[in-house]
Amino acid sequence: MKKDTRSLLVCQGSMCISGKSRAIQEALEKKVAGTQMDGDVEVKLIGCHGFCQQGPLVIVEPEATCYTGVTVEDVDDIVQSDLRDGQVVERLLFHDPETGSPIASYHDIPFYGAQTKLLLRHCGLINPEDIDDYLGVGGYEALGSVLERPDGREVLAELKASQLRGRGGGGFPAWRKWEACLDADGDEKFVVCNADEGDPGAFMDRSILEGDPHAVLEGMSIAGFTVGARKGYIYVRAEYPLAVERLRVAIDQARRRGYLGSDILGSGFSFDVEVFLGAGAFVCGESTALTLSIEGKRGLPKAAPRPRTTEVGLFDKPTLLNNVKTFAFVPLILAQGGEWFARIGTEGSKGTATFALSGHVVNCGLIEVPMGITLRKIIYEIGGGVPEGKAFKAVQTGGPSGGCLPESFLDTPVDYDSLLQAGSMMGSGGMVVMNEDTCMVDVARYFLQFTERESCGQCVHCRLGTKQMLTILEEITRGEGKPGDVEFLVQIGEAVNAGSLCGLGQSAANPVLTTIRYFLDEYEAHIVEGRCPARSCKALISFQILPDKCIGCMLCAKACPVDAIAGERKSVHVIDQGKCIRCGMCEEACPSRYSAVERTSGSLAEGGEEA
Amino acid sequence: MSVGQGVESAVEAGGFDEAPLRDLLETYQDQRGALIPLLQGTQAAYGYLPAEAMESIARALREPLSQVFGVATFYAQFRLVPRARNVVRVCHGTACHVSGAPLVSLEIERNLGIGDGENTEDMMFTIENVACLGACGMAPVMMINERTYGKLSPDSAVKAVKEFRAKEEAGNGSGDTSAVPEVEDADGEEA
Repeated sequence: MKKDTRSLLVCQGSMCISGKSRAIQEALEKKVAGTQMDGDVEVKLIGCHGFCQQGPLVIVEPEATCYTGVTVEDVDDIVQSDLRDGQVVERLLFHDPETGSPIASYHDIPFYGAQTKLLLRHCGLINPEDIDDYLGVGGYEALGSVLERPDGREVLAELKASQLRGRGGGGFPAWRKWEACLDADGDEKFVVCNADEGDPGAFMDRSILEGDPHAVLEGMSIAGFTVGARKGYIYVRAEYPLAVERLRVAIDQARRRGYLGSDILGSGFSFDVEVFLGAGAFVCGESTALTLSIEGKRGLPKAAPRPRTTEVGLFDKPTLLNNVKTFAFVPLILAQGGEWFARIGTEGSKGTATFALSGHVVNCGLIEVPMGITLRKIIYEIGGGVPEGKAFKAVQTGGPSGGCLPESFLDTPVDYDSLLQAGSMMGSGGMVVMNEDTCMVDVARYFLQFTERESCGQCVHCRLGTKQMLTILEEITRGEGKPGDVEFLVQIGEAVNAGSLCGLGQSAANPVLTTIRYFLDEYEAHIVEGRCPARSCKALISFQILPDKCIGCMLCAKACPVDAIAGERKSVHVIDQGKCIRCGMCEEACPSRYSAVERTSGSLAEGGEEA
Repeated sequence: MSVGQGVESAVEAGGFDEAPLRDLLETYQDQRGALIPLLQGTQAAYGYLPAEAMESIARALREPLSQVFGVATFYAQFRLVPRARNVVRVCHGTACHVSGAPLVSLEIERNLGIGDGENTEDMMFTIENVACLGACGMAPVMMINERTYGKLSPDSAVKAVKEFRAKEEAGNGSGDTSAVPEVEDADGEEA
């Protein structure tokens, strides 16, 4: 970037791209090219800037002006008003929801304010498809200085000092794995990056691969030098085409510039990386299953007692396997020093945590926070709270292996150990906020459905236990729950967690066990009272039309797929409870200014209560 | 998916063109861990995994066919039956689930008259329920081919599918729906 140059950064994370940010970039380039500014203004693509809720985003640097919800039609205004006349385009700025006043710089937006961007420091700043941009921010310097050393012992010492724990979710100290792999015997070793981000509700790894792919490659190369491997694999979901494409571009550029391949930077050390497309199996997030998958086999976690992957891993060779985020942290830790890193975070969890914040929260997006921050701060300060004036009910972390924590845990610090103690887990970084309308029994059923499908079937407890728990949960949500179901669920759940080989099975029951622990009253309402307090489970709710609100517009009757709604134009409509399948289409169809369709907990079908 | 389906569809397909597979085998045959990339390439070339292709792969890799079939059925990506021309992927990630994805799915399925994993009779659409598309900020989300539609309501989802079909049938064949607003707001406010 030249001095005095202004940059128009166009966010091309996956979410902004679905908002047509590619067309926006093209339009900006075209517009700028036709003016005298050409040459003083650069238009470039960036990876996810984080504020996905407000996308597509266009950032003007160095002012840090953040334009939100940009469309192709706004391009003229941005170029003419901001770039040419120096007038910020106010209507495109983020407006503070409380005061209504516009905020120009993203540094002043609360969403960004409480964050600490270490891992994501380049995401939304550099062009992920241009290695020169990465080099411009100090990229590959850590690798360069590592290669000047006789061996990887110093890297290990820094990693140890940093106390970095693996970011895949388990939180195993990174340096121990690295050391074990270094000490393992073998002339051939491998470095594997786990980018098989399969948790529903997670997009952190994807955003890093899309926004800062070279950091991952650099971390892997350093790992290769440290443990003595010459080949690395990145196991990435085939469902992430953009991440795959950017990785391939990055690998190609790194090879051409001598940062990958043989004799890297003239050091004599050779290391190359291959992208492997995961074919879609959640269990492959587990290390032994992942390596088998690269070998071309079914991803069945190896039976215990099993050798460590660091000793017998991919193709039976010593293998260092870490998550995307763990590798991406390495260049930063080496540049800043392990002790510097260890000063951030809590006693047992150092550094920052990255989350994909989504669900019932005002500001969805990709965030990074220091370890130890409270859930409340994340959800209310960064996330902006729960939208539409609804009440908070639960926050889910750790995906299908994690749990749902209630309001009383909002002041829990976010770190590996506190979340584990609460019955959830850090996981890879999905964080889904749920409001009062979310049925916790249904959420448990939802996760069990996922796990039951993804269980590889090796362990009896996991294969049959998840199936049996799912059946019971389906019965409860259908209104067919029986006394004793909850106790039975706990019994099976504890057995599944205890009797399974791999992380998937050992944590499969967590969503059930935590919802039972914290939301037992909801289970009981379903089973004993025959109602769904969140008014979500179809068999346990009813719809009725409020006579004083209905204006007889016929919209609901037209929307009803089973013709259960009777009534003429301009006369109050009535739902035939016997016919009603409780799909909620009438509620959707009723204009919000009337809101004449009421959803109630419990069944009206036999009760005889008429609207 | 079952064995029966796979064999049947391959028989129906009649003549099996070996050429694309031969190229793939040449590229991958001698690689370590060639099976999954080979199956991925085969699916990209044929749209699914024909039984003949799996047999050829097994022979070329000197693996039992059961191993090839085991891998093909273990991973969610692989299909043993042909897919329709366009794929509607409805996201059932956590954020989408709590934001109304079940209702969106139900409406699309009702509108197309098919369920998850099935093809419409005219081979226009296949529906696939997927675990997470990673676009949680726009929940609930679906994709028609490579395009993402966010903040869906049951209505707007069906509308997008209908408009897509109309475009396809009008004959500008590529399935490009640039005229359809990709990110539609969910509230069908008008009376």
